[in-house]
Amino acid sequence: MIQIRDLHKHFGDLHVLKGINLDVNKGEVLSVIGSSGSGKSTLLYCLNNLEQIQQGSVHVDGINVHAKGTDVNKLRQKLGMVFQQWNSFPHLTVLENVSLAPRIVKGKSKGEAIAMAEKQLKHVGLGDKLKHYPNSLSGGQQQRLAIARALAMEPEYMLFDEATSALDPEKVGEVLDTMRLLAEEGMTMICVTHEMGFAKEVSDRVAHFHQGIMEEIGPPEQIFGAPQSEHTRKFLANVR
Amino acid sequence: MFDYNFHWRPVLRTLPDLIQAGLTTLEVATLSMVIGILLGLCLALARMNMTGPLKWLAVTWIELARNTPALFQLFFFGFGLGAIGINLTPYTIILAGLSFNCAGYLAENFRGGFQAVPDTQLKAARCLGMNAWQAYTRIVIPQVFRVVYHPITNQMVWAVLMSSLGMLIGFRELSGETQFFASRTFRIFEYFAVTAVLYYVIVKLILAVSRLLAMRLFRY
Amino acid sequence: MQDSISFFTGFGINDLLFLGEAALKTLWISALSIAIGTLLGTFFGWLLHEGKLVASFTIAPILDVFRSVPLIIQLVLFYNFAPIIGLNFDPFASGVVILTFYTAALVASVARGGIEAVPASMRRASRSLGISYWQDLFYVVLPIGGRAVFPAWIGVVLGVMKDSALVSVLGYVELLKASQVLITRTQEPLLILAIAGAFYFALSYPISRYANKFEQRWSK
Repeated sequence: MIQIRDLHKHFGDLHVLKGINLDVNKGEVLSVIGSSGSGKSTLLYCLNNLEQIQQGSVHVDGINVHAKGTDVNKLRQKLGMVFQQWNSFPHLTVLENVSLAPRIVKGKSKGEAIAMAEKQLKHVGLGDKLKHYPNSLSGGQQQRLAIARALAMEPEYMLFDEATSALDPEKVGEVLDTMRLLAEEGMTMICVTHEMGFAKEVSDRVAHFHQGIMEEIGPPEQIFGAPQSEHTRKFLANVR
Repeated sequence: MFDYNFHWRPVLRTLPDLIQAGLTTLEVATLSMVIGILLGLCLALARMNMTGPLKWLAVTWIELARNTPALFQLFFFGFGLGAIGINLTPYTIILAGLSFNCAGYLAENFRGGFQAVPDTQLKAARCLGMNAWQAYTRIVIPQVFRVVYHPITNQMVWAVLMSSLGMLIGFRELSGETQFFASRTFRIFEYFAVTAVLYYVIVKLILAVSRLLAMRLFRY
Repeated sequence: MQDSISFFTGFGINDLLFLGEAALKTLWISALSIAIGTLLGTFFGWLLHEGKLVASFTIAPILDVFRSVPLIIQLVLFYNFAPIIGLNFDPFASGVVILTFYTAALVASVARGGIEAVPASMRRASRSLGISYWQDLFYVVLPIGGRAVFPAWIGVVLGVMKDSALVSVLGYVELLKASQVLITRTQEPLLILAIAGAFYFALSYPISRYANKFEQRWSK
C-alpha cells in the first residue's frame, strides 16, 4: 500500500505539489490525469525517491521513502517505472536489457535471469525479438520492452509516466493493450496518462491534478460522468 | 640533378634494429594511452562534477595540454623538472609528456561522450534498483565508450606520431634510433625514408586493428 | 634549490628580445603555411568531393601520408631530399613547404566535410534558380559549409601553430628552439619555459574558446 501524506514539492520558487494526500491500495489501478505542469509526473518521481520532497511523507508498504536510512535501491525494486521516453539501453540486446537488472541487482543466476527475461518478453509480445538490439525496434516495441524490463524485477507496483505520449498514434494501442493485460492480472498500477479512454475503461479510480493540487478523485464513472470540481469539468471539456 | 647515390644497404642491414625501435615506439605510445585514458576519465569527471581546487586542477591540466605544443610539454618534464632536482630518464620524460598530453585531449572527448548519453539512461537504470556504480559501469560508461572509441583511436595514432619527439630528447624510439644510425652513416635521407614507411605501416596497423575491434565490440 | 630564488641571473633584457623575435618567427612561419595550406587544402577537399573514385585512388593516399608520418620525420626527410633534386632550401623554406602540405592534408578532409555538410536539397534549390555551378560553390557552399567546419579549421590552425615548433629540428630558431638555447646558457629553465608556454597559451586558448562558443551557437 502506498500512503502519501501532505506531500509538498518545490523546484526552486516553483511550488509543484501543494499538499497531496492519497492512498493507493494493493491491486488497484489509479489513473492520474491533468494538463501538463499540473505536477502529476512529479508525483510519480516522488514515490521512488527520484525526487526529494520538502514536506510531508510517502510510505510504500510501510517504508518511509524519503527517510535517511531507507535503502532506495531496495525500495525501487518494489516500484517498476516506465517513462514517456522508453530509455532502452542501446548497447544491450532486448534479452540483456531485461535480464541485466535481475542479475546484478537481485543477484539471480544468469540462467534464472534469462528465464525471467524470456518469460516477461513473451508476456509483452516480444518473444521473437530476444537477440535484437533496441534500435531495430519500433517505438511501441521499445516501450513494451521497457515494461518487460520493469516487470522482470517482480515489482509490487508499476508506475507509468505518460507511457504512450511519445509514440506514433498507430503504436499507442499495442502499449495500452499490454497495460490493460497487467491490470487484468491484478498488478497495482499508477498511470499518469492523457488517454482518457484507457483511464475510463481500466481504472478503479481516477485522480485529476490541477496546478499542484489533487482537484478530484473518484471512480471513473464519477470523474467522467459527473465531475464535482469546476476545474475537472473544464479540463475534460477541453480534452474531448 | 640526381647525382646523389642512394645507399640503401646500410639501412636494410639495420632494419631489425629499426623494427625493434618501432616496438619501443608502440610500447611507449600504448602505455601513455592507458595512463592517458585513466587520467583523462578522472579529469573529465572532475571537470564536470567537482568544484574547488580539484576542478581547477583538472581545467588547468586540460587547457595546458591542449594549448601548448607537445614539445613544450616534454621540455617541461625534462628541463623544468630538472631545475627543481627531479631528473627523469628520457623514457620517463616521453612517457610522462605523452600521458599528460593524451589525458588532456581525452578528457575533453570523455566530457563530450558523457554529454552525448542522455541523463534519462541513468535515471532508468537507477529506477531498476541499480546503485550509482552499477548504473555507471553497466549503462553509462559502455555508451560513452562507444562515442569516444573513434577519438581514442585517433589519439593513439597521435601518441605514436608524438613519440617521435623522443629524437629531440635523446630517447631511442623509432625516430631516435633512426637519427642515431643516420648520423653515424650520413645516409640521412635513406634512413628517414625507411622510417617514414615504418611509421605509415604502424599507423595503418593501428587503424586496421581498431576497425576490427569495433566490429566485434559494437554490434548495435 | 637556493639559487633558483635569485631570479634573472643571466637572463637579461636582450634575452627577452631574443625570445620575442623567436616568437615572431613562430607566428610568421605558421601564418604563411596556414594561409597557403588552407587554400591548397580547400582545393584538395573540393577534388576529393567531386572526383570521388579517381581522387580516392590518387590524392587521398598522398594526403594520408602527411597525416600518418610524424611531422618531424617529414621535415628531416624533405630537408635532406631537396638538395638531391637540386633545390637548395634553407630551414625556413623547407619548413614552410612541409608545414603547408601538412596543413593542406588536414584542411582537405575538413573542406570535404564542409562541402558535404551542405544539404543536397539546398544545392538543388539554388541550382534550380538558374545559379551556375561556380556561383553555387561560392555563394551557397562556401558560406554554409564554411560555417559548419569553421571550428574544425580553427583546430587545424592551432595544431599547425603548435606543431611549427618542430621546424626547430632543422635549426630554424623559432620560439621553442630559442628557449632551449637560452635554457642551456642561463640555466633558468622554469622562467624561460614559463614565458614560452605563456606565449603559446595566450595565442591558442582564446582562439579555441572562441571556436567552442561559435560551435555551440551554431549547433543550436
